[in-house]
Amino acid sequence: MSTATADLTSPHGHEPAPEYSVTGVPAYKLAMWTFLGSDCFFFGSLIGTYMSCRGKSLNGPYPLDVFEAAVTSLSTFDLLLSSLFMVLAVHYAKLRDIPKFTFWTVLTMIGGAIFLSFQAYEFTSFVHEGLTLQSNLFGATFFVLTGFHGAHVAIGVLLLGSLLWSVRGGHVVDAGITTEVIGLYWHFVDIVWILIFTLVYLLEFTS
Amino acid sequence: MATPAHADPAVHPASTAAGSENQSYGAWLLSWIMTSDHKRIGILYGLSALFFFVLGGIEALIIRTQLARPGLHVVDPATYNALFTMHGTTMIFLGVMPFSAAFFNYLVPLQIGARDVIFPRLNAFSFWLFLCGGIILNVPFVLTPFVDMRVIPDGGWFGYATLTEKEYSPGASIDFWVCGLQILGIASMAAGFNFIVTIFNLRAPGMTLLRMPVFTWMTLVVQFLVVLSFPCITIALVLLLFDRQFGTHFYIPEGGGDPLLWQHLFWLFGHPEVYILILPAMGIVSEVLPTFSRKPLFGAPFVIFSGITIGLLGFGVWSHHMFTTGLGAAADASFAVTTMLIAIPTGVKIFNWLATIWGGQLRLTTAMLFALGFVCMFTMGGLSGIMHASPPVDLQQQDSYFVVAHFHYVLFGGAVFGLLAGIYYWFPKMSGRFLSESWGRVIFGLVFVGFNTTFFPMHIVGAAGMPRRIFTYEAGLGWEIPNMIETAGAFIIAFGVLFFIIDLIRCMMAKEMTAGPNPWDASSLEWVCDSPPKVHNFDITPVVYSDRPVFDKTHGLGPGYSLPVGHEHIHIPPPSLRPLFLAIAVAWFLASWLIAGQAMMLGVVSALLATAFMLYSCFSWFLEPGH
Repeated sequence: MSTATADLTSPHGHEPAPEYSVTGVPAYKLAMWTFLGSDCFFFGSLIGTYMSCRGKSLNGPYPLDVFEAAVTSLSTFDLLLSSLFMVLAVHYAKLRDIPKFTFWTVLTMIGGAIFLSFQAYEFTSFVHEGLTLQSNLFGATFFVLTGFHGAHVAIGVLLLGSLLWSVRGGHVVDAGITTEVIGLYWHFVDIVWILIFTLVYLLEFTS
Repeated sequence: MATPAHADPAVHPASTAAGSENQSYGAWLLSWIMTSDHKRIGILYGLSALFFFVLGGIEALIIRTQLARPGLHVVDPATYNALFTMHGTTMIFLGVMPFSAAFFNYLVPLQIGARDVIFPRLNAFSFWLFLCGGIILNVPFVLTPFVDMRVIPDGGWFGYATLTEKEYSPGASIDFWVCGLQILGIASMAAGFNFIVTIFNLRAPGMTLLRMPVFTWMTLVVQFLVVLSFPCITIALVLLLFDRQFGTHFYIPEGGGDPLLWQHLFWLFGHPEVYILILPAMGIVSEVLPTFSRKPLFGAPFVIFSGITIGLLGFGVWSHHMFTTGLGAAADASFAVTTMLIAIPTGVKIFNWLATIWGGQLRLTTAMLFALGFVCMFTMGGLSGIMHASPPVDLQQQDSYFVVAHFHYVLFGGAVFGLLAGIYYWFPKMSGRFLSESWGRVIFGLVFVGFNTTFFPMHIVGAAGMPRRIFTYEAGLGWEIPNMIETAGAFIIAFGVLFFIIDLIRCMMAKEMTAGPNPWDASSLEWVCDSPPKVHNFDITPVVYSDRPVFDKTHGLGPGYSLPVGHEHIHIPPPSLRPLFLAIAVAWFLASWLIAGQAMMLGVVSALLATAFMLYSCFSWFLEPGH
């Protein structure tokens, strides 16, 4: 957010004045890294809670009663794929290739939306099988942990939508940096899912 | 409004003055509500903190009156629980933290040679959100006569489960507490991101990390502690909220949950929080002592690295609050060791402060007296802290008044003394006026004597077995005389604070602005600016050559700093209402959970409306011109 706006679609758009930064890292990027550091403790507390409550449910349904390895693997693959799309979106934003940037950003958003649909399906089917917030400790910790992760994905989709709208509308000074900053968030949320997928799902199938 | 201001004092009246004569009262008020100037936000933080500090003090006086003699019935036990809960919560989250934030806001941009923080509107947002949190925590006092349930938070500032669960706290008291703390947490974290980026990115040319003033360094460490520790309590509170409103069993043993989970999550936040409270005061004292000893801070890099070490170790000691829960010998031993380790960097700091004043030409101003008081009182609090680090000793002292004595020596004798030193030291910078030195001596005397009269006997009654948080006690246990003395001491402190507030108002009303840029012959960059500083702080961004730029330049010890010749484009962001809007939206959204606890549908509708308002605020924030 600055005074100047650059017309990114025009190859002759004037370059924004370089931002004053002692570290050389743009302010929004540094702020995002700081936020992600904070978010590590946020998910750290949630995952820690899940792990410390693991196997302490007094009654079913237990994880293996409800988990469907194929479905969750598919949704995990979809989310990881969206990270690849995100990388391409950042790449084309830096090259100021707006059509390709738009294409890959929309694909990333679709990837996020598909993941959320998988989660909605999973949540409803689990509830049908009797797993609720109240049913047991597994239900409570599972829904809160994956629910907060899902909320992060949903916010990511919203951020990408706003990014698309503001880059195409010329509301951002440097589309490359802005996309990269939102990309950092997107990859972080992906990495958290890899941890959740491993610790919450895969670990159950090892025993 | 890209103001091409080239240091025209007529265009930029003193930012702290009550506006120019031809301004209407409403416009003046609006200019404060819409401000994104870090100095004004600092003053807003300071005044709000002072208000809440007095509120917490009144709660403390009622507590002390109730305990003055055995068997008194000044308040009933339920009210007593609410009072000690709100006293602790208020002093920590609404007193000391925002008072520190007042100094961060006012001083950090000045000390690093910047015009403002990196995200000025986010800074305003943090303040308004903090104020919303303070209001939500305290509004139950007003609500109580109109509702037939308990609404004033009464589960202790630590909110231990299962006491805070629906079964044992059926009213809305804990819901108000959860909601207020969540809001305050978001406000603090937003400020944390802002200040970390500000300190890293906005330093003036030549201001390397090790040339930064120690106060700015301690601010940086504190912001890291804030952004890393608050997520833990956020999760702890979310789980408590789910237990209370959605029937989960995170902390309820009957459902397989574990009350100790709360304690782990809470103290993972709670112990870094202790350093969030004390490190700013350590930073202030590290500025005040060298100035009034006319010596550089002894071993400044050691003071800085000790601060960093304290911050890091602060994340590894939380279970020393839980020695009595039976974590096992291995856990107890390791947490005892890490706790004792913290005594090393803390001791380094204390010896560095002593070496700073050693052989100095001391000027015993009020600021210096409070700083010296800090060093003595904090050391006493530190020594009793080392005693608790030993699990067998802690088993005796836990939940006794000995612990109350310990943390008041650290947080009042430490943090509050440090903040008072800071007020006396920087008041001339903020207002252009001096606080009265003769009143200052009396105020220091009252606060110092009152403080020790109140809290020293608590060591004795605590060792004699008097438990904390009891509403009254029986005669004949040998606790009567110390308790009477403690109560008398509390009122001595109250008189000290009263005189301080009177002097503050008196000096703001009556005195001429005579301070000048550098009244104390100090060393850091804020003393280059006018007192009070212009809206844009510096006409020209200074270039820094040493860690004591102003002192070096004044005394010809080196180039110190220079102000390059020429004109600079100065961009002052226009006033904005967006921070207030977004703060109200976020507070409203979180308060909807509170409403949902009483009427689910109403809460859901309220949350949806709040979300819509939040999205509107975000987008209009983003699109606002001039930022």
